[in-house]
Amino acid sequence: MNAVPSELATYNFAYLDEQTKRMIRRTILKAIAIPGYQVPFASREMPMPYGWGTGGVQVTAAILGPEDVLKVIDQGADDTTNAVSIRAFFQKVANVAVTTKTREATIIQTRHRIPEEKLTAGQTLVYQVPIPEPLRFLEPRETETRKMHALEEYGLMHVKLYEDIARNGHIATTYSYPVKVEGRYVMSPSPTPKFDNPKMHMSEALQLFGAGREKRIYALPPFTDVVSLDFEDHPFEVQKFERPCALCGAENVYLDEVVLDDRGGRMFVCSDTDHCEDRRDHGHCGTMLAYGKAAAE
Amino acid sequence: MTDAPLLKVRDISKFYGARIGCRNVSFDLWPGEVLAIVGESGSGKTTLLNCLATRLMPTSGTIQYRMRDGQMRDLARMGEAERRFLMRTDWGFVHQNPADGLRMTVSAGANVGERLMAVGDRHYGNIRETAGDWLRRVEIGLDRIDDQPRAFSGGMRQRLQIARNLVTAPRLVFMDEPTGGLDVSVQARLLDLVRGLVHDLGLSAIVVTHDLAVARLLSHRMMVMKDGHVIEQGLTDRVLDDPREAYTQLLVSSILQV
Repeated sequence: MNAVPSELATYNFAYLDEQTKRMIRRTILKAIAIPGYQVPFASREMPMPYGWGTGGVQVTAAILGPEDVLKVIDQGADDTTNAVSIRAFFQKVANVAVTTKTREATIIQTRHRIPEEKLTAGQTLVYQVPIPEPLRFLEPRETETRKMHALEEYGLMHVKLYEDIARNGHIATTYSYPVKVEGRYVMSPSPTPKFDNPKMHMSEALQLFGAGREKRIYALPPFTDVVSLDFEDHPFEVQKFERPCALCGAENVYLDEVVLDDRGGRMFVCSDTDHCEDRRDHGHCGTMLAYGKAAAE
Repeated sequence: MTDAPLLKVRDISKFYGARIGCRNVSFDLWPGEVLAIVGESGSGKTTLLNCLATRLMPTSGTIQYRMRDGQMRDLARMGEAERRFLMRTDWGFVHQNPADGLRMTVSAGANVGERLMAVGDRHYGNIRETAGDWLRRVEIGLDRIDDQPRAFSGGMRQRLQIARNLVTAPRLVFMDEPTGGLDVSVQARLLDLVRGLVHDLGLSAIVVTHDLAVARLLSHRMMVMKDGHVIEQGLTDRVLDDPREAYTQLLVSSILQV
């Protein structure tokens, strides 16, 4: 019970009460013990609506300590509403240090992206998960999907990929792309772009997934085998971008399209803002940045 | 046909509380044989079929099935994983309502291919080719392979369901009123198709129907059920031409003649 000193009435450290945190920690331990398996937990009401990261926030609250440095990203960016408000939330209720630098953070809560910079041992990535069940859209019955996981009946997952190819000529699933963990459980990587799937494989960092509304937690311990599902004649591929980032010139990173005007003007920039800023600080320069500088001078 | 039965059913009973679903049913089914179960609504036909297909747990009695390796296995003692594997490889189940047996939101090709993917087929081209081949065999045009079953007519759906079940070359197929709800000409085509497939593939089948014409066309042997009991069984032609039980006589004589 390390309450923030000098205030009369205040929140318990990291908002949740100690019993709840213990419950969530037990769930996390179980999830780590069975990589990719969705462990049910008694998800609490959080002071934010479902869909805003209640699962991720609960996981973060349960593992956060006073010494931790927290980074929160939403779609790769540190400065979007969701990221800013969750960061402010933990500053208020836990008084922890926050950062936007990937390498300085010990806990990174994320929605929709994995940072471009390679995560290292000792770091924990917490995902906000809206729909933890990868089989959900094909099999609506929870009793049935649980049974399918238990008996390792995953033919249905390939039916989805088959449909993709039949309709579009290639596997058109671009986010929430199903993976197989340690050759056993099929897992949804939350709605991250499939570009990030290879980063999960053999990651040095611990990866935790929290789904608040669906009341499930699952995990990938460090150095876990994570394979994206595919067909022999339609192998898994990540998205490729024709141009580098317009601001920092980075290649082989995930880019966001930004519409500039109503005459078809657009630019492609790094979705990971920290990575982009870091590169610019080190003197890397993209086409639009050079143009902007020239215009300013 | 070999001399060892494929399915050995002994004294199967199913009670719903005090009510009888079916009672003390025993029979053997040989490879390549088609058995029809006939009777009026509520006579326990479907209950019996569901017990046989392990979709329902019988209250008492044993069902033994001869696996591909020749071993007789008690279905009730099989693990769930093994039983489900059996159900999607060595068995087929054709529902009366195709929507129960199909995935209505995925294409016809994926419906047929699902079983292949479930047993580990991971080559899109091969899966699609096999699916196309099966669609042709059940007389669905190749141009419909990417359409969803909800765009299909009732007869096409039923044929698609049959293709979906037969793609893994099962040895035993359960059919619950396969022609129910189809108009007469479509029924005739479907029966023709099923008869051809059963003959070509050497399938065994258990067909539940209240339509004696279906039983006559498809089955070698039939069982007549009433109030949960099997009251008469024998070769189809014998039962239909020379019914012994009063109820069977009534049933046969109530066929409408045009």
